[in-house]
Amino acid sequence: MATATETTQDPTIVEFDVRTDEMLVNMGPQHPSTHGVLRLVLRTDGEIISECTPHLGYLHRCAEKIGENVTPIQFIPYTDRMDYLAGMNMNLAYSLAVEKLCGMKIPEKAQVIRVIIAEMNRIASHLVGMGAYGLDLGTFSPFLYAFREREMILDLFEEVCGARLTYSYITIGGAHDDLPEGWVERCAKFLDYLEPRINEYHTLLTFNHIFVKRTANIGVMSKELAISYGCSGPMLRGSLSRTEGDPDWDLRRLEPYCGYENYEFDVIIPPFPEAPPEAVIGDCWHRFYVRMREVIESIKIVRQGLKRYATAQGSHRVELPKHLHPGEAYVESECPRGQMGFYVVGSPAKSMVPLRVRARSSSFSNLSVTNAICRGCLIADVPAIVGSIDIVMGEIDR
Amino acid sequence: MNAPDIAASLEAQFGPRIKSKKLDAIDPFVVVDPADLVEVCRFLRDDPRLQFDLLNCISGVDYLELDPKKAPKAGYEPHLEVVYHLSSFPHKHRFVVKLILPRWKENKAGDMPVVPSVTSQWAAADWHEREVYDLSGVWFDGHPDLRRILLSEDWAGHPLRKDYEFPLEYHGIRGR
Repeated sequence: MATATETTQDPTIVEFDVRTDEMLVNMGPQHPSTHGVLRLVLRTDGEIISECTPHLGYLHRCAEKIGENVTPIQFIPYTDRMDYLAGMNMNLAYSLAVEKLCGMKIPEKAQVIRVIIAEMNRIASHLVGMGAYGLDLGTFSPFLYAFREREMILDLFEEVCGARLTYSYITIGGAHDDLPEGWVERCAKFLDYLEPRINEYHTLLTFNHIFVKRTANIGVMSKELAISYGCSGPMLRGSLSRTEGDPDWDLRRLEPYCGYENYEFDVIIPPFPEAPPEAVIGDCWHRFYVRMREVIESIKIVRQGLKRYATAQGSHRVELPKHLHPGEAYVESECPRGQMGFYVVGSPAKSMVPLRVRARSSSFSNLSVTNAICRGCLIADVPAIVGSIDIVMGEIDR
Repeated sequence: MNAPDIAASLEAQFGPRIKSKKLDAIDPFVVVDPADLVEVCRFLRDDPRLQFDLLNCISGVDYLELDPKKAPKAGYEPHLEVVYHLSSFPHKHRFVVKLILPRWKENKAGDMPVVPSVTSQWAAADWHEREVYDLSGVWFDGHPDLRRILLSEDWAGHPLRKDYEFPLEYHGIRGR
């Protein structure tokens, strides 16, 4: 029997003492903290969740059907609209799949441009992830700071390709254009500006007492669970542990593309000595912190890329073949949200239009684990858990 | 382990039940019968040399040339493929398993071909199988909760079939 002090501290004990009827609570699709149009149906017993069923499809735009009716170049703008926070990475993922199918060789200069741009977009995407996660948990100011920094990245992207959200810049065979004059210096200046800011975010948000209380030891996911559900990216890495000898599970390290093997960077895997004592590996705090540390690694990679760009040989783009090869190719690349895969089946009838385009969305697999990790938590923790997955519905529904 | 070794260990275990293999493809694959799928998947996941514990993707591919003039030159007979992309966390290798199915069960249009579910092997298969059922029209036998995932529950047809006809009207919304 629980004593009076215990019941006030642990809400689960109250719930089991005072049995209430089961209730279905609908969250979304217009709920502000479900990141777009995700609808969750929660089966609750008082404050405790016994089942959490995500309902998808509110943003379904038939991307795969469109893919098998247009040429790969025409499909590039549709990939932007999948993960609209990391358009460059999505362009790159699809380009890699088509290039693998056609066996194209990409010149060094195009590779370096791709690495710089993809890592810049990773920074922008993780900044939004940080800001929006703060919003989910009820703090507004980190969001404004994150968007201030992201705005500068968007300005840099606008110089490169003219667009601020849906870039279509990285394309099949390389990149659409070369970097404009003076861009490298402006980018380096931005990195110098951004790097010290990351520590300020840590003071403002990461080690903030309230933030730690809301995220530490919440939504704990074991490594086995993450692997079984096909989770990837920061979601999986937050559950790994270096002390248990887990590998550097990052496709940039495991299956390097675009010459990532020549760049020096660390794959961020817990444990972190600076982690607050309440945090355990695999909880929301660790997933968030992995993302923040990856921003630093991306800054490192971009700096190396900018140096390499000065001496890189070759053109920024090569010509496309006349028609797609009749085989099939599946490529995964490391996007900000995890392993984004594209499966392209070429038509045997010497055509530029593929027979099938399949997008394996990282957020899709990451989100499928929600029911398993939300069970038994409080309703108030659901935004904290869903926010820590950092989903983009455009990518899930395609 | 590289692809020929993986295919060889599969053949050593299952013999003629591995219907065919293609090792010179960009992503090497083996073809198995739907009836053998669960056993093959269990072997791929549990064998200590293979340990394919990550199911990356399940895709349904519809091979059909609609234009009767082009059909003889299309290079394939009309059929449906379900493709499983696997990778291994401990060994960091990849492999592909394929099922080749008729487009409709016993050629009766509307009767979906049946495939055993692999949700018991990988939890990730749950949503992926629902998506393949929803968009490509394959029935997964033994799936705990097989319902549409991206389209609404009252949708008719499976859009990624090549002969899918777009609806003219949906709840009063004009389709074309």
